[in-house]
Amino acid sequence: MKRVRVNPITCEGHGLCAELLPERIQLDEWGFPIVDPEPVAGEAARHAARAVEACPTLALLLEAASDRSR
Amino acid sequence: MTAMRATRAPELIGPGPPRLLAGVSSAGAPSTLDEHLSVYGQLPPAGAIDLPALVDASGLRGLGGAGFPTATKLRAVASQRGRPFVVANGAEGEPISGKDKVLVRYLPHLVLDGAAAAAHALGAREAIVALSRADRDGIDALSAAIAERGGGLDKRVRLRAVAVPDGFVAGEETALVQFLNRGVAKPTFTPPLPFERGVGKAPTLVQNVETLAQLALIARFGPVWFRAVGTADEPGSALVTISGAVAEPGVYEVALGTPLRELVAQAGGVTEHVRAFLVGGFFGSWLGEREAADASLLEGDLRSRGARLGARAIVVLPTSACGICETARAMRYLADSSAGQCGPCVYGLDAIARSFERLAAQQSRDERKQLSRWIQQVRGRGACRHPDGAAAFATSALKVFARESELHLRGRCEGKRRVLPIPGIAA
Repeated sequence: MKRVRVNPITCEGHGLCAELLPERIQLDEWGFPIVDPEPVAGEAARHAARAVEACPTLALLLEAASDRSR
Repeated sequence: MTAMRATRAPELIGPGPPRLLAGVSSAGAPSTLDEHLSVYGQLPPAGAIDLPALVDASGLRGLGGAGFPTATKLRAVASQRGRPFVVANGAEGEPISGKDKVLVRYLPHLVLDGAAAAAHALGAREAIVALSRADRDGIDALSAAIAERGGGLDKRVRLRAVAVPDGFVAGEETALVQFLNRGVAKPTFTPPLPFERGVGKAPTLVQNVETLAQLALIARFGPVWFRAVGTADEPGSALVTISGAVAEPGVYEVALGTPLRELVAQAGGVTEHVRAFLVGGFFGSWLGEREAADASLLEGDLRSRGARLGARAIVVLPTSACGICETARAMRYLADSSAGQCGPCVYGLDAIARSFERLAAQQSRDERKQLSRWIQQVRGRGACRHPDGAAAFATSALKVFARESELHLRGRCEGKRRVLPIPGIAA
């Protein structure tokens, strides 16, 4: 299982991820993503992979849901 | 277990004669190597003890604020490939804490012993003690102590003092490592954590200087001695910084589990009626005077009251000061202390600080709902824990000063005195 995570240092708040993965990502009022750490599967996993590819600053990551990092 | 060496283990029974601070000279000067050895004795030779086992049995936890078990961290570094590196963290950025500065300034050799003992146990050849640039006394004391030892305890570990930029975030573990690597004192995205890849990409042990000083005593006197004070869950003694409305503000050594009111008594008692206590520094929480009345200096006890002990920095807020006004000043400082790297921290903390500033200025619009939402929203969204700490502090202010915020909304404030020391802003 995988889940999405954002690197908040590289993220510049372009917001594409929220459009491509609305199942897990919302934007705050300043345009930065609020990510739901629930693992993604099925269609959501495909949306997640597309969002990761689309991120202009490569700030969105798909990682193993078992990773110790928060 | 190691046999006691020539020196008797320093004792501490309740608030009273110190243990860690036993070697502080009454003259107020840093202890020399001879003075240090006459109080604490020699460190046992590296091969004679199993340091991680002694630390494990002692139950020592990190004293920089996070409270992570020290033995676990030692073993995590030891389990990595490559020769480890040791960093003693004395870059105390918390404005209301002074305990690391006191420790380094008066007992530089105890800190160096701890860094050297950890380095020996891990097979590290170099240990750096990181201090804040503004801490001139600490840098002087430490540099003199290193010179006195001829660079290392037995020449196998090179000891070095490094001055790091001032500031709240510079002492964060990953910020410290990034500064040592490339001169940028800002947190990094993790993983990798320093224990995996730290200074010069080596597995790096970053430990608070007080933790290392305690470790140096555990190496000498063992876990049974360490556990002779404190509680079973939170053993040992620790340094506490107390300021605000007390007669004798300063750094005190107490057994963990000491009642808060005993610490206050030791600090000469209160000088005014008390409104609240700030416990755990600017990353900590406010505790109302009543909730704090029977509190003790234990992480477990304070957590059950919705607070945390953290790095044990305590401010006594008198009734002549207003909790909302003081929180607004501290929140502004925390927002301005952001490393400026993560959007949610940059914009979120600023919004929270502005909201508190409007409340403090008695603007009548009630925006507490939106404020609570922002506070919830910044948690966990920075590369480091800066927004989380600020959020915990803000949350406690809204809870403990609920009555004061109502008053502010009706155009009243109960106290104009400024108590919290905010760097760069006059009180």
